[in-house]
Amino acid sequence: MVTKGKRKERLDRGLKVRSEGVYAIASWTEAMYLIAPRLFLILAMVVIPLVMPSIYHKRLICLLFIYALLAISFDFLTNYVGLVCLGGALFMGVGGYIAGSLNAMLGLPAVLTIIVATLGGAAICTILLLPCLPLRGIYFAIVTLVYPLLLGRIIEATRILGGTDGMPGLSTYPSPWVDLYLVIGVTAFLLFGLRRLVNEDIGLVFRGIKDNDQTVTACGVNITAYRTRAVYIASAIGCFAGAYLCHLYGWVGLSFFALDFSIIPIAAAIVGGMGTLVGPLLGSAIIVPLSEILRAFGGLRIVFYALILILFIAFRPEGLMNYFQRKYAQFEHWIEV
Amino acid sequence: MNEEVLLRVRGLFKSFGGVTAVANVSFDLRKGETLGIIGPNGSGKTTLVNLITRFVKQDLGEVFFKGKKISHLKAYKIAEMGIVRTFQIMRPFYTLPAFKNLIVPLYSPRVRKIGGGKLGDRDAVAIDILEEIGFERDAYVPYKMASSLPLGYLKRLELARCLALRPEVIICDEIFSGLSMAEIATMVPLMERLQMEGKTIIMIEHRLRELFRIVDHVVVLNFGAKIAEGLPEEVIEHEEVKKAYLGKKGLK
Repeated sequence: MVTKGKRKERLDRGLKVRSEGVYAIASWTEAMYLIAPRLFLILAMVVIPLVMPSIYHKRLICLLFIYALLAISFDFLTNYVGLVCLGGALFMGVGGYIAGSLNAMLGLPAVLTIIVATLGGAAICTILLLPCLPLRGIYFAIVTLVYPLLLGRIIEATRILGGTDGMPGLSTYPSPWVDLYLVIGVTAFLLFGLRRLVNEDIGLVFRGIKDNDQTVTACGVNITAYRTRAVYIASAIGCFAGAYLCHLYGWVGLSFFALDFSIIPIAAAIVGGMGTLVGPLLGSAIIVPLSEILRAFGGLRIVFYALILILFIAFRPEGLMNYFQRKYAQFEHWIEV
Repeated sequence: MNEEVLLRVRGLFKSFGGVTAVANVSFDLRKGETLGIIGPNGSGKTTLVNLITRFVKQDLGEVFFKGKKISHLKAYKIAEMGIVRTFQIMRPFYTLPAFKNLIVPLYSPRVRKIGGGKLGDRDAVAIDILEEIGFERDAYVPYKMASSLPLGYLKRLELARCLALRPEVIICDEIFSGLSMAEIATMVPLMERLQMEGKTIIMIEHRLRELFRIVDHVVVLNFGAKIAEGLPEEVIEHEEVKKAYLGKKGLK
C-alpha cells in the first residue's frame, strides 16, 4: 500500500554546519553567525536600562532580573542535574535574611553582606537539602517547597529577626544605575559561565546524572557529592538574588519566603524554553512585565495570567528559546512521502 | 589452580517480598579467568550482578575482592575499586554524543587516580576507545548522539564505558541479547581480545553456544540457587541443568 502525503523536513542550515569547530573563524559571515545572537543579548542588557523612562520602570527591570536569576537557577538544576527544585523562595529568604541581619545588626556594608549571604547562604541551603539528595523523584521538589514555609513560620512564631515586621532601614545602593548594572552584570556572567560549565567535564557529570544516575554510579562516581555541588551553585544564585533584593528595598521580611519566588521562575523557564539557560531570562522578560500590565484588570489579573500560561503550555510547550534556536539553525520545507 | 582468587562470593542471599531471587550463591573467580553465569529466565542472574556491584543490598552473605570484604560498600565504591558492570537494559546518556558518554568514566576518581592526576585530552582518549570497540571514526559514529545510535552500538557503548574505567573485573550482563548473529560475530572477538589482555570477566548470557566458546568455567542458576558449576562441557551434561532448561519431560 502506498500512501501519499507531505511531511515537513528540517535541515540544518549550511551556515550552521560551516560555523562548527575551527571553521567558525574562516570568514565574517560564519563568525557573525555565532557572535551575533550573543552580541545582541549583551547589547540588549546594556541598553534596556538606559531607555527606561522612570524609576518605576527601572525597579521593574531589577525585579525582572531577580526572577531571571531564580529561573536560571531552576533551569540549571532541573534540566542539567535532574533535580526539580521549587526552592526559589528558600534561597531568596535565606540570602535576604542573612544579608539583612548582617547589615542591621553588625552594620556591614552591602558589598560584604551580599558576598557573605551568597556564599554562606548557599552553604546553609545545601546543608538543609542534604538529607534528600540521595533520593530520586518528587522528594527533592517537596522538601524545597516546605523549607520556606517552615522558616517563615519559625520567624513569625519566635519573633526573631524582626518577626512579622521584618527588618527595615537597611542600607541601599548609591544610585539606580548601580542597582541595575549590578544585577545585569551578574546575570550576564552567570549565563555565559553556566553555559561553559555544562560543557566542561563536571557539567557532563551533572548531565549524566540527569540522564541516568545509575550509569554515573557504575562509573565509580559518587552522585550525591556531585548533586551537592550542583545544589550549592544553584542556591548561591538564589541567595545572591535574595541578598540583592533586600538592599534594593532596604528591607527584608517574611515576603522573601513567598511562594511567588518558587513558582514564577518556573513559569518563566517554561515560557522561555527549558534547558537553554538564556530562555529563562527571556521568559522573565515576558512574564514579569506582563503581570504588571495585567494589574489594569484588577481582580481578574490572575485569571488572565493563568490563561496566558495555559495557552503557552498548550501551543508552545518547548518554549520560545528552543523555537527560536531551531528557526535560527534549521530551515523547513515540505517533501513528498 | 594456584592463581590468585580475585573475587570470592560467599552465601549471597536476597529475597524480594516472598520471592527468593538469589539463594546462598557462592563461587570463586580467579585473576584472568572468564566466568559464565547461565540459567533460565528469572533465575536470579541479574540480581546476582546487582548484589555483587551493590546496586541492590543483599540480605545475607559476603563478597571479597582481593581478600578484602567489599559487600558493605556503596555501589560507586565498588566501581571505583575496578569491578565494573554493563546494564542489561542499556543506560547511556542519551542527550550526549557517544564520545561524550565516556567523559564521565574518564573523569571519574578511579581513572584520575590511575592517571596520576594528569588530565590529558579526554575527548581524544574517548574517541580512541570507541574506535577500538567498533565505532567507525571515519563515518563519524563516535560523534552521533547516543539517542540516535542503533542497539548494537549502544551495547558496545556500555562495554566502552567499562573499558574507559580501566577495570579489573568486567561484568557483562547479556551484552549479546537482542543482537543479530552478524553483530554477535563481531562482538565475540572483542571479548576474546579482552581475555588475551588478561582481564577478568563475568558474562551473563542466554546464547550458550557463543558463551561456551569464550568462558573458562560456568555457574548455573535456577530459582536463585546454584545448581551446577564447572567446565562448560561438564555443565551441559549435568542432569539438573538439563532439567532446568528442558523441563523433566524434555529429558525423555
